[in-house]
Amino acid sequence: MNKIELTELADISLKVREHIIRLTARGGCFIGASLSCTDLIVYLYKRFLRISYSKLDNPDRDYLFLSKGHDVPALYGTFAELGWLDAVRLENHCSVNDNIYWHPNRKIPGVEFHSGSLGHLLAVSAGVAIDCKMKKKKNKVVTILGDGELNEGSVWESILVTSSLKLDNLVIVIDRNMLQANMPTERLIPLEPLERKFESFNCAVKTVNGHDFNDMENVFDQFPFEKKRVSVVIAETERGKGLPSITNKADRWFCKFTDEEVDGLLQELHGNNKAELKSNTMMVR
Amino acid sequence: MNYEEMLTELVLKNERFIVLTAENRAAIRNLPNKIKNNFIDTGITEQTLVGISAGLALRGRYPIVHALASFLTMRAFEFIRTDVGISNLPVKLVGSFAGFLSEANGPTHQAIEDVSLMRGIPNVNVFCPADESDMMKGLPRILQCSDPFYIRYNNLKSQVIHSNFEMGSAEVFGSGNNVAILTYGTLFGNALHAKDLLEANGISVRLLNLRTLKPIDETKILEAARDCELIVTIEDHFLTGGLFSILSELLVKYKITANVLPLALNERWFKPGLLENVIEHEGFTGPQLARRIQEKLFSNKNTEYYAEWSNI
Repeated sequence: MNKIELTELADISLKVREHIIRLTARGGCFIGASLSCTDLIVYLYKRFLRISYSKLDNPDRDYLFLSKGHDVPALYGTFAELGWLDAVRLENHCSVNDNIYWHPNRKIPGVEFHSGSLGHLLAVSAGVAIDCKMKKKKNKVVTILGDGELNEGSVWESILVTSSLKLDNLVIVIDRNMLQANMPTERLIPLEPLERKFESFNCAVKTVNGHDFNDMENVFDQFPFEKKRVSVVIAETERGKGLPSITNKADRWFCKFTDEEVDGLLQELHGNNKAELKSNTMMVR
Repeated sequence: MNYEEMLTELVLKNERFIVLTAENRAAIRNLPNKIKNNFIDTGITEQTLVGISAGLALRGRYPIVHALASFLTMRAFEFIRTDVGISNLPVKLVGSFAGFLSEANGPTHQAIEDVSLMRGIPNVNVFCPADESDMMKGLPRILQCSDPFYIRYNNLKSQVIHSNFEMGSAEVFGSGNNVAILTYGTLFGNALHAKDLLEANGISVRLLNLRTLKPIDETKILEAARDCELIVTIEDHFLTGGLFSILSELLVKYKITANVLPLALNERWFKPGLLENVIEHEGFTGPQLARRIQEKLFSNKNTEYYAEWSNI
């Protein structure tokens, strides 16, 4: 990528992060998980996936499934910046008069499937990948899973099946921010050695810095990593990336902030003083 | 034509159809060879099986998912509700060895809440054929419709020639006004036997083979409730959530009171054994059903029926 392209991606990511931060004052959102996969989602839509907004139902399009679901603010923020979703609608977040809420749903054009219950969309995306393969189509199918989501047994069941079906048109992206809802993954249900786990399930695995566009380009350019194997990208990320005052803080997961706090966080995002946060978090679960 | 032949023909004619299983091949042993790539065995993975089917349906396919009823409807329940139900996808879930058909497997395998679970999911419909020929009458229409469906697989030999299948329409045998027997699935043959025995004793009976429990034939059930002295529900299912519950919901909805005798499994699993033994042990043979029905009629009314029923 050249400098102009890199700057464009960074600018978009910054704006997506602004959208995410604002949603915390409109009903709250899972800000930490959304910020951790923002760069990934921006990268994938801008550089990797072939999807045209004018033909979102094109059967030859690439697919992105958001399995962890609660990171949907990053998706809607990206849609807003791509011009797929009127940014004004983000003001309807959590309103019963619109369909923008804490988890994704198909009423928003561009969302391939609803999620929220963890451990589902690897199987659903595998169904899509199977059909594309049977029809000898070139669609790429991407599924983003949270690292906490890997606690779900159905994920591993589905990996067994996708490997047995040799779905090399499928890439599983793990948003490896090292935190699940309330605590570090390694303290609750240790996942390491994660690469070796996936390798032992016969996947072709690569690790990437999920905030470095060049690194992502370098890795995703090699997709499929191996013929007849499912590709897995472990994207090393930071929960709350872009906001030092909440980054990697276990208790900053689902957050509701006041308008003043949002103003402070937007300043912080742009490199100014750290925001002064008074609101308690852990509002749900 | 049997089930396997029907699936073969369906898939070969129209590549929209695809058959999947979680390694439950008893009824479809020859299918893999005949339909090749349109057959997918995901192994013993009911959740993934249903999720994959939802994904295939997103691509325009009509997946037919064949698995053991107990694990399909229970292990994968949330996948059915969330991936198939919410999006109203054209996935057909065929549950085999449901109800008493699980025979000697024991309670782990007894799908006797499957109707309750499946009908409780918005958009998901339920078809419980009385026997193999009833199933074959209903399947062409059901497999080609775009709604999600749960099908309680039943390959028992038929004792009658069934009428043509109509969605949401019960098949009626007889027009009696003393007793209306409502039933579905495995116990249809026994209910039919009971009807004959009751009629031999001068009790007039109408028998409703419900076929689809969702959509349910409200009209014929309400007619029966208005016309008959006693309504009997017969099912190899928990008392809660199945046909008795459906009837109760209808009676309350339309403010009708009726004498109801629910014959089902009340808060318990059934004693495992071979089908015939199970049916007898649980009191569902034709003569046992006739006796239970006649006892209820007698306790309701006192009456002259009593003189005859001890002969059954």
